[in-house]
Amino acid sequence: MRHAAKLPPARHRMACHECDFLQTIPPLPEGAGALCARCGSLLVRHRPGNLQRPLALLTAGAILFVLFNAFPFLTFKKGGIVHETYVATGIRDLAGQGMPHLAALVAFTLLISPSLYLLASFYVLVPLGLNRRVPGMFRVFRYLRLLQPWFMVEIFMLGVLVSIVKLAKMAQIVPGVAVFSLAAFIFVMASAAAAIDPHAVWERWEDSR
Amino acid sequence: MTPPASTAREAGLVACSACHLLCPGPSAGSRPGAHRCPRCGARLHSRKPDSIARTWALVIAACIFYIPANVLPMTTVTSLGSVQSDTIMSGVIYFVQSGSWPIALVIFIASVFVPLLKLMILGFLLISVQIKSTFRPKDRTRLYLVTEAVGRWSMLDIFVVTILVALVNLGALAKIQAGPAALHFAAVVVITMLAAMSFDPRLIWDAKETTHE
Repeated sequence: MRHAAKLPPARHRMACHECDFLQTIPPLPEGAGALCARCGSLLVRHRPGNLQRPLALLTAGAILFVLFNAFPFLTFKKGGIVHETYVATGIRDLAGQGMPHLAALVAFTLLISPSLYLLASFYVLVPLGLNRRVPGMFRVFRYLRLLQPWFMVEIFMLGVLVSIVKLAKMAQIVPGVAVFSLAAFIFVMASAAAAIDPHAVWERWEDSR
Repeated sequence: MTPPASTAREAGLVACSACHLLCPGPSAGSRPGAHRCPRCGARLHSRKPDSIARTWALVIAACIFYIPANVLPMTTVTSLGSVQSDTIMSGVIYFVQSGSWPIALVIFIASVFVPLLKLMILGFLLISVQIKSTFRPKDRTRLYLVTEAVGRWSMLDIFVVTILVALVNLGALAKIQAGPAALHFAAVVVITMLAAMSFDPRLIWDAKETTHE
């Protein structure tokens, strides 16, 4: 305990991220959160400390993400015409229509950021669960938080519903395995994100020093 | 319970923006930008650097892109030789006329209303910070948090265009192509997201401290 001399344990004293108000956080029961005394923003939420739940959910998420990419997504049916598409079809077609920037943005928000998110989560949480350290894991965890707003699969799901309604009069649109995988992926990833307590991860950094 | 106003900055501390660790402020002679969080390695700064200037620049850029995004065609439908172009608004009007009110509302809110409202709210917050307003800081902070959280849903229209382009690709029979507005609209969404991220809500509360002294 080299750092025991540190003035009031840093983990219980924090400044609100939204208004910089300095305050002391009392010990919280599991599942409870603390709000800033000045601006009312959420400061911390104490979540169950074990990493098995988020890791199990992330594993399920990774499997669903593979299904989402590998299986037919939506199929266009009209008379004798059947046109089957995959998630990557739209990105490829956009690039083919002279819109590579747009294709890159869609690919980033839909395919690249979820894959990076999954890989980075495993890279940080697996060693953490085994009480080991791998190079740069806390840096990777920081990037993970930055990646979150660009992770847009749930918006894409709403886009699927709007497109089906939009084309309902023109043809029959049949959802494939990828659509159902996407729906499950959204719920699984949301519960995985809710099961990870970032402050608990940061505190392990201090414990492992 | 209103404890005496005391912020991390007044106490000479800096809260890490990534992992929220309270760190001592920069030592006197250190280079700017060299001050990093000992825990996660993020650059430490008491307030986001040049927050007002950066946010204004991004808000103005987004306003400029907002015009072609709404005026130019979002999609072009070619069906058996006839060509029809649709803007964001004409798509909304189509849904209203065909009776799909809920869908029309979703598209209108995500594509027209939210980006515009977001730009106006960011403009209002910037001006209120610049004139050092002490008007309801708690509500302004909440307004900022909602704006930041809601902005990404505007990507909806871009995803709809992507799906339509993939599905309706039947050669000479019918084909949907993305129009120039799609790129401008994507720029509006990305730039307003960056604008919301570069705004520092702590500036809202700084006005309060200066009037206290």
